[in-house]
Amino acid sequence: MPQLTYREAISQALWEEMEANPKIFLMGEEIGMWGGTYAVTRGFYDHFGPERVKDTPIAEMVIAGAAIGAAMGGARPVAEIMTINFAFVAFDMIVNHAAKLHYMFGGQMKVPVVIRAPGGGGRQLGATHSQTPDVIFAHFPGLYVLAPGTPRDAKGMLKAALRQDNPVLFIEHATLYQARGEVPAGDYTVPLGKSEVKRPGKDVTIVTYSKMLQISMEAASQLAAEGIEAEVIDLRSLRPLDLDPVFESFKKTNRAVIVEEGWKSFGVGAEVAARTYEECFDYLDAPIKRVAQIEVPLPYNRELEQSALPKAADVIRAVKEVV
Amino acid sequence: MLFVEKYKMEKADHLKLYKQMVLIRRLEEKSAELYQQGKIGGFLHLYIGQEAVGVGAVAAMKPQDHIITAYRDHGIAIAVGMDAGVMMAELLGKQTGCSKGKGGSMHLADVSKHFWGGHAIVGAHLPLAAGLALSFQYNHADSVIICMMGDGATNIGYFHESLNLSKVWKLPVVWMVENNQYGMGTAIERASAVSEIRQKAEGYQIPNARVDGMNVLAMKEAVGKALEHARCGEGPYFLEAITYRYRGHSMGDPERYRKPDEIKKWQEDDPIGQYNEHLAKNKIAADSELDAIESEVEAEADAAVKFAEESPNPSPEALWEHVYVSG
Repeated sequence: MPQLTYREAISQALWEEMEANPKIFLMGEEIGMWGGTYAVTRGFYDHFGPERVKDTPIAEMVIAGAAIGAAMGGARPVAEIMTINFAFVAFDMIVNHAAKLHYMFGGQMKVPVVIRAPGGGGRQLGATHSQTPDVIFAHFPGLYVLAPGTPRDAKGMLKAALRQDNPVLFIEHATLYQARGEVPAGDYTVPLGKSEVKRPGKDVTIVTYSKMLQISMEAASQLAAEGIEAEVIDLRSLRPLDLDPVFESFKKTNRAVIVEEGWKSFGVGAEVAARTYEECFDYLDAPIKRVAQIEVPLPYNRELEQSALPKAADVIRAVKEVV
Repeated sequence: MLFVEKYKMEKADHLKLYKQMVLIRRLEEKSAELYQQGKIGGFLHLYIGQEAVGVGAVAAMKPQDHIITAYRDHGIAIAVGMDAGVMMAELLGKQTGCSKGKGGSMHLADVSKHFWGGHAIVGAHLPLAAGLALSFQYNHADSVIICMMGDGATNIGYFHESLNLSKVWKLPVVWMVENNQYGMGTAIERASAVSEIRQKAEGYQIPNARVDGMNVLAMKEAVGKALEHARCGEGPYFLEAITYRYRGHSMGDPERYRKPDEIKKWQEDDPIGQYNEHLAKNKIAADSELDAIESEVEAEADAAVKFAEESPNPSPEALWEHVYVSG
């Protein structure tokens, strides 16, 4: 299988789907002549032209809103918000409109929009540019909130997102763009709203997604060297949330650690743990542990910032507390 | 009150507009009664006084054109030809309502008639309108969208981002402010840096005009011109219709911010009254014909209420329908 970076995988998904479907166009800040602030759309402007690769003003409300409106009108826009942090500016459009128009008008309107936004910390961008607010968006019924952690999933999920009719928030991780991984040759999709076991194991279940998949896989290999076999489950999608593989795994391992990059309070760990307690109480051999970002706004200083973000060592420590 | 010869219309067209305005008013009066009886829940924003704006605007639309508005949306629903019973059923939250009882008064829509709602976050439908216009432009369609909004919406960020983008991208949209003098209970001069709202369009170099929103024929003509401007690839046009709502902002409005005299003064220019006078005076329609329309409307409004009241509630399963597009 060919090796691609996460950036190349996303770029290929967009390119191939645009070639296949003339309804798809891109709009966003610096995606055209500049080529994308994370270079995902480099070369698109020259190939597809300004009608299909639209540079917008820096105005997230109308970027998201016009994309939603164009989707209502039958197009398939992909709006890029430069970072997920700026999606707060477009919050009303995403959660009050994209997520609700189909329901609120009794099925009359469809909103097949994909809003792409990179998120995550670790790049010394300060508190307002480094957040992982995925759960906030995942709170809202009506949206798909996707957050792939590998190049294969990124490409396959983005292609799947562009072939269905629900609004999608596609959250990329800004520090994964250089990550390499195997990607199937040719056309393929990855089903949306399906978790996947990324590493089988029998001693403990690690539940994670996005960048923290990388951290968790690293922790799992180190644990294996010590004789602890962790099963790593990648959620890939926060809404819809597929916990069946988690319950299945937990019934075997009886222990779980949930790893997320965002803050612990009201987070992915809280949700997954609560549902696991509800569904698998009789299988519980230890308290479910959560690994998450410490609860401060992320600082600029490199050492301080890194100390606030979850590391493989934190995952290993949590696992050892439960096995 | 000037109706000049340039408004050349067939008699049937005149009577259609007249009937729509009378029907809207009668349905609104019925809605108020039903609200007071507790049969309509939530918020209810009546269009009484502003009928000429919506009816005139819709009358100017070509079949390929579209319209979107804010939460004071009953008048547009009727003007685009939504069945009065279907509208009333939505107000009563019934399965037969246009939005299957899930939207209510503020969320009427009929996409088959190019009416995109009914939106209740102030200003939020402006970017949606820009996007719909973008889809027409992207598809090289000959369509224009009219985006109606209250004067209050011109103070929110959405307004400025949407006007700016529409000009930069030359989107086929007619921005149409219904200036009814108040954003809820706050008078324009207490909320907006400029009282002449059309001046805001100047900042984006969007051609603009003010129009008498109490005069349905003036509305029709102004909107017709605006639509043709936008249709020719010249980008957006901006209209400010001067109008007035006779009732409160919503049914729960204590109306401490204005005096009854002010309402009376505007009622002298009542859009239905002055149109009636125009039709009679110019011998376009006989009094008996206009009276017949009123009786027709009365029967239609009664039938609409009956249909709505007798319609079933949504089934319990409907709660789960349309969260996502299935398949």
